[in-house]
Amino acid sequence: MTAVLPQLPVLQVVIPLFGAVLAGFLRRGAPAFTVALVATWAAAAIACTMLWQVIAGGPISYAMGGWAPPWGIEYRVDLLSAFVLVLVSSVAAVLIPFARRSVTLELDEGREAWFYCMYLLCLTGLLGITATGDAFNAFVFLEISSLSTYVMIATGPDRRALLAAFQYLVMGTIGATFYVIGIGFLYLLTGSLNFVDIAGRLAAVGPDQFPAIVAALAFISVGVGLKLALFPLHAWLPNAYAYAPSFATTFLAASATKVAIYLLIRLYFSVFGYAVDYAALPISDVMIALSVAAMFVASTVAIFETNLKRMLAYSSVAQIGYITLGIGLANVAGLTGGLAHLFNHAIMKATLFAALGCVFFRVGSVSLGEIAGLGRRMPITMAAFTIAGLALIGVPGTAGFISKWYLALGALDDGSWLLVFLIVASSLVSVLYVGRVMEVIWFREPTSRACIAASDPPLSMLIPLVVLAAAVIYFGFDTRLTAGLSGDIARALIGDLR
Amino acid sequence: MTPPVSPATLLLAALVIPYVGAALIPLFHRRPNIREAVTLVTAALLFLCVVGIADAVFAGARPELAGISILPRIAFSFRVEPLGMLFALVASSLWILNSIYSIGYMRAHDEPRQTSYYVCFAIALGSTIGIAFAANLFTLFLFYEALTLSTYPLVTHDRDAEAMRSGRVYLLLLLGTSMVLFLPAIVATWAIAGTLDFAPGGILAGKASDATVAALLVLYVFGIGKAAVMPVHSWLPAAMVAPTPVSALLHAVAVVKAGVFTMMKVMVYVFGIDLLRQTTMSEVLLYIAAFTVVAASLIAMAQDNLKRRLAYSTVSQLSYIVAGALLASQLGVVGGSLQIAMHAVGKITLFFCAGAIYVAAHKTEVSELPGLGRTMPITFAAFLVGALSIVGLPPFGGLWSKWFLVLGALQAHQIAIVAVLMLSSLLNIAYLVPIPLRAFFGKPPAGSNTNGDESGIQEAPLPCLIALTATAVGCVLLFFFAEPLYALVSAIPLR
Repeated sequence: MTAVLPQLPVLQVVIPLFGAVLAGFLRRGAPAFTVALVATWAAAAIACTMLWQVIAGGPISYAMGGWAPPWGIEYRVDLLSAFVLVLVSSVAAVLIPFARRSVTLELDEGREAWFYCMYLLCLTGLLGITATGDAFNAFVFLEISSLSTYVMIATGPDRRALLAAFQYLVMGTIGATFYVIGIGFLYLLTGSLNFVDIAGRLAAVGPDQFPAIVAALAFISVGVGLKLALFPLHAWLPNAYAYAPSFATTFLAASATKVAIYLLIRLYFSVFGYAVDYAALPISDVMIALSVAAMFVASTVAIFETNLKRMLAYSSVAQIGYITLGIGLANVAGLTGGLAHLFNHAIMKATLFAALGCVFFRVGSVSLGEIAGLGRRMPITMAAFTIAGLALIGVPGTAGFISKWYLALGALDDGSWLLVFLIVASSLVSVLYVGRVMEVIWFREPTSRACIAASDPPLSMLIPLVVLAAAVIYFGFDTRLTAGLSGDIARALIGDLR
Repeated sequence: MTPPVSPATLLLAALVIPYVGAALIPLFHRRPNIREAVTLVTAALLFLCVVGIADAVFAGARPELAGISILPRIAFSFRVEPLGMLFALVASSLWILNSIYSIGYMRAHDEPRQTSYYVCFAIALGSTIGIAFAANLFTLFLFYEALTLSTYPLVTHDRDAEAMRSGRVYLLLLLGTSMVLFLPAIVATWAIAGTLDFAPGGILAGKASDATVAALLVLYVFGIGKAAVMPVHSWLPAAMVAPTPVSALLHAVAVVKAGVFTMMKVMVYVFGIDLLRQTTMSEVLLYIAAFTVVAASLIAMAQDNLKRRLAYSTVSQLSYIVAGALLASQLGVVGGSLQIAMHAVGKITLFFCAGAIYVAAHKTEVSELPGLGRTMPITFAAFLVGALSIVGLPPFGGLWSKWFLVLGALQAHQIAIVAVLMLSSLLNIAYLVPIPLRAFFGKPPAGSNTNGDESGIQEAPLPCLIALTATAVGCVLLFFFAEPLYALVSAIPLR
């Protein structure tokens, strides 16, 4: 055991990577699923162990291939990355049993193994971005996760999935290119690709080089902003989420955008933090303005969507606005709220999309018109959907309330009552789109035949859903892992800034 | 004599029992008799627990449940104090009567979805008890929202277009005010005071500037939408589309009283009446409450639909309590708190009668009622009792709350408020008392269908009659035996 512990940072990435290769070679659905299951659970166990190690003993640094940083590639797991690693891998671990039935139903014969291969590659990429301490290595993982995501989306049951995947491919490539241009600027300025090293060297860069830093910042913001679907760079997201297979949507909604946000936070606070004068550049103001716009515009669009997956996708854009709002506020309470929402929103959206996956499994549609009265046919599924929907609104007693509480506190610390009211008012918009669905599923009589015959899905799908819904409530009361840890991270990040 | 169970255990039981009931009711979906028995047993057990706690509270104990810490210095915890005790007693005792009434009403109407009706009712009552015993604003807010959400399916019980439309108004106004105004006020209170625990004398004194206190006051008064201070009152008339027992217990007692209770609690334990008295804004808001008292009464006079008339009467009567809190005087708090109990018993009687009239005679408009007293004498006698209690005449409980509110207004040197209270009593007489009088002595409206059988007694089903008679008797008993309630509310610590 002692021989394994120091290797955890690299095992975190390597296990899903080799799992992906294995799943690809196995060619058949069932064994590939088993590989995915084992690899995901192993990744979650590793992430939790590392979080425990980091809390106990501080950041872990791992020199890849024995090459010392900053020359070699460093894997660096600090509190922030451990937090995101735990989030991504545990949500994946809870969800993966869900995949078996859902994927079998939604994918064409013979593609299942490839799907699990792509899923594991995507997981590899996401965990890699989070674990690595190297800017270019992060780019590589970004591409790994993106390319596998395009494939996963394209396997969706609807032919429009192909178009959605292509759309995302174009946008995602632009984003990745912008990111790598930004990193190029940083490399030119500092001669380094190691995050910690860049940060140290940027502090020593003279004022004549400031335009280059600003250019790097701008390219990276746009590039990563595209990946995390920062309004108005979110256009790829609704279609991608709507037409991807249910499991892919659920997994991506909980992880992909969250990891991109992690990357943004890492770059803003740990890398640029030293060098950029936040008061001189209107980063905060731009971020806050875009976030508020996301919260209102995307939520408003969601009200009028009848495809529930698209509705939730727009809701994601809005909820991402809350997270970036926390980044924009850049004070301890605000950033705590943003990070807590990163976690809470991942769980909420995973629950919601998983519930829709169950609906699709039974009814064959997630259109508002065809799920009337489903509450009485699939009570457990719809109860989970309702709980997560309430969390989306931010009802106290659910996880969503905790993050909004901190965001409101952060806005208050910022001295902005207006922002406090905007935050709470935007929850009111979510009441509209959540309430509309609630009315239809609980208060209408079933109309379609599929709906009347529907029942709760098999246990392999139901248990992950129930666990996630329970987590939504649990994290509304026990906030040590979410707000507590987020607070520690925020204090560390903002301490770095000063 | 030591009680067999400790008050803290009873407190836990009181908080849990309604939810256990809510979980058990659906199991007997196909066996209505057992299902209703579960509701009644739940209500009775809850009442016993609350009485047990009250016993301890009268003896000077203040039972607590230290819950889990949720955020820094915010815990999910409960503590019984006199005001919450009063509210819990009112809600839990009336739930029993209302359940009896519900059985008669719902069965006579052969209403659909009765199982979910009783489930939501139990959850709503559980939330009400949570509000009553909450030890801090966060816990209170949690149950406050739960109460809104659990009553929404009851308001929309009919599921027709009008019910859904009214349900949306209900949900959006209550959730909207609580999220957009109440929640920011709580966040700001936490940021300023560093705590949300209710404390005698308040937690804001000396910590916030006058302007901040004024702003918070506005946020609280309009954010606590369940108190229905104008202009955030329109959810209450909208909620009248619900079945009458819902209007009776929830929209005359549990939900609206949760609103004014929260208001009273915030004024006494968050601001503290000393701070309140120093703030000019409290006076401004006091006049808004006074305006609501008069304006809602005037609107009530113009309503022909009986339930809507009662709803506007409730809006008016609720603002008595808000005014009692904002008077920031000891007797004002006493009067306002007593009004929580007195108005509850009086108004639930009126709603029971309105429902009984609807069940037995299928009449909903005031103009259809003259002459009906001869076929429904018990119902209209009870109506008269309830109405006179609401007006505040002896020998009915309503007298005491008006009495102390007037004294409180005098104590605070608010002569204008005394005048408003007097005027409002006159208006109450004008729009409530004629209804039973015309029923007894008036002639049936021309062309009305009296079913030929002029002399026969046609009362509502027995369970309905039992309930409305019991609450009418309650109005009288509260006049003669108001002493324990007075002892309870005068024990509310103000400093």
